[in-house]
Amino acid sequence: MIAILNRDLALAFRAGGGFGLGLAFFLIFATLVPLGIGPDTGQLSGIAAGTLWLGALLACLLSLDRLFQLDWEDGTLDLIATAPVPLEGVVLMKALAHWLTTGLPLVLLAPVLGILLNLPGAAMPWLLASLAIGTPALSAIGAFGAALTVGLKRGGLLLSLLVLPLYVPTLIFGALAVTRAVTGQDALSPLLYTAGITLGALALLPFAAAAALRVNLR
Amino acid sequence: MASIWEYANPRKFITTAEAVLPYVTVLAALCLVTGLIWGFFFTPDDFRQGSTVKIIYLHVPAALMAINAWLMMLVCSLIWVIRRHHVSALAAKAAAPVGLAFTVIALFTGAVWGQPMWGTWWEWDPRLTAFLILFLFYLGYVALWEAVDNPDSAADLTAVLCLVGSVFAVISRYALVFWNQGLHQGATLSLDAEQNIANVFWYPLVTVIGGFVFLFIALVLYRTRTEIHLRRLKALIAQERMA
Repeated sequence: MIAILNRDLALAFRAGGGFGLGLAFFLIFATLVPLGIGPDTGQLSGIAAGTLWLGALLACLLSLDRLFQLDWEDGTLDLIATAPVPLEGVVLMKALAHWLTTGLPLVLLAPVLGILLNLPGAAMPWLLASLAIGTPALSAIGAFGAALTVGLKRGGLLLSLLVLPLYVPTLIFGALAVTRAVTGQDALSPLLYTAGITLGALALLPFAAAAALRVNLR
Repeated sequence: MASIWEYANPRKFITTAEAVLPYVTVLAALCLVTGLIWGFFFTPDDFRQGSTVKIIYLHVPAALMAINAWLMMLVCSLIWVIRRHHVSALAAKAAAPVGLAFTVIALFTGAVWGQPMWGTWWEWDPRLTAFLILFLFYLGYVALWEAVDNPDSAADLTAVLCLVGSVFAVISRYALVFWNQGLHQGATLSLDAEQNIANVFWYPLVTVIGGFVFLFIALVLYRTRTEIHLRRLKALIAQERMA
C-alpha cells in the first residue's frame, strides 16, 4: 500500500501536469474573483473565505478524473484489484496521494491568496486549519465519485454533477469556520463539524468507492 | 405462506401491477380532482394570506412525495444490493424521474407563493436550499443511470450512489440549519399534533396528499412495468442476434 502511495506520488511529480495545474487553477481563480466582483477591499474580505473554499473545491475536482482513469485504461487497476491488498486500502492510499498533491499545496498557498483577497489576519489561522482539516474529505469524497465514473467515456462532467452536491456539508462548515472568525464569532464548532465530516468520509467512503470500483472492473 | 419476495419475480410483478393499476389510477385521479377542486374553489381564503394560501394543496403534497420518493429509492437500492432482485433496481430507476418532477413542482409552487408573501421568488433559506440540493442529487442519480451502459453495473453504481447520497443529503440538511436562519415556516403537518391546521383546509389537503401518493404509486408501477418490458425486449433482440 505504501508502494501504491509512492508510485502515485512519483507519477504526479514526474509526469507533469497534475501537480502544478491544480495550484495554478487555484491562483487564477482567486485572481479572477476580484476582477469580477470589483476591487473594493471591504467587500473582498467579506467573501474571501467562501471564495478560497470554492477555489479549493474546484481545483480538487479538476484532478479527480485522473485518479483512477489512467490506471483503469492501461489495466493497472485490474492488477491492483487482484493483488493481495484490500481494495479499500488502495482507494484510501490513492485519495491520500491525491490530497498530498492537490489538497496540501492548496492549504499552503491559501494564506498568500488570503492576503490577496484582504482576509483579516486574525482569520488566517482559521483558514489554514479549516482547509487543512476539510480538504482530506474533498479527496475522499472525490475518490468515491471517481470510482463511480471510472468506466465512462464522458465521465468528467458527470463526475462534477455527482461529486459537487456531496461537497455541500464540507463547504458549509469549512467556509463557515473562516467567516465566523472574520466576524469574531465562535469558529471552533464549525471547525469541529468539518473534522467530523472528514473523519466520517475517510472511515466510510473507501468502502463505497471500492464497491463501485469492483462493479466497474467486472 | 405468500412472501413479499414473490413479487421480485418480474412476471408475478407485472400481473399484480396490471391488476392493481386501474384501481390506483382511478383513485389517484379521483383524489386529485376532488381534493384540488375542493381546495381551490370551496375553501375560504386565509385571513392574512388571502387566496395564495391555496397553493398549499400542490406545494405540501409535492414536497412530501419528493422526499418519500427518495426514501423509496433508498429502500429499493438496499433490496437490490442485498437480495439482487432486478425488479427492485428497476423500481428505483422508475421512481427517480417522478421524484425529480415532484421536487421541481415543490420548488416552483414555493417560488410562486413566496413572491407575493415573502416579496421574493427565492431565499437562501435552509429548507429551500436543501430542496435545491435534493434536486441536484436526483439529477446526478438519473444522469448516472443514463450514462452506464451495462444495466447491472448501472443498478449497482446508482444503488451505491443512492446510499451515500442519502447520508450526505441528511448531513447537508442539518448543516444548512447551521448556515442560515430560516424564512420558511416550520412543519405544517406532523403526526403527533392535536390539530395541524383548521379542518376546512385539512380535509382537502389530506385528500390531495392521498392523491399524490396514489399518483406516485401508479406512475412508479407504470414505469417499472415499462422498464421490465424494455429489459425483456433487449434480451429477446440479443437472443435473436445470437441465433
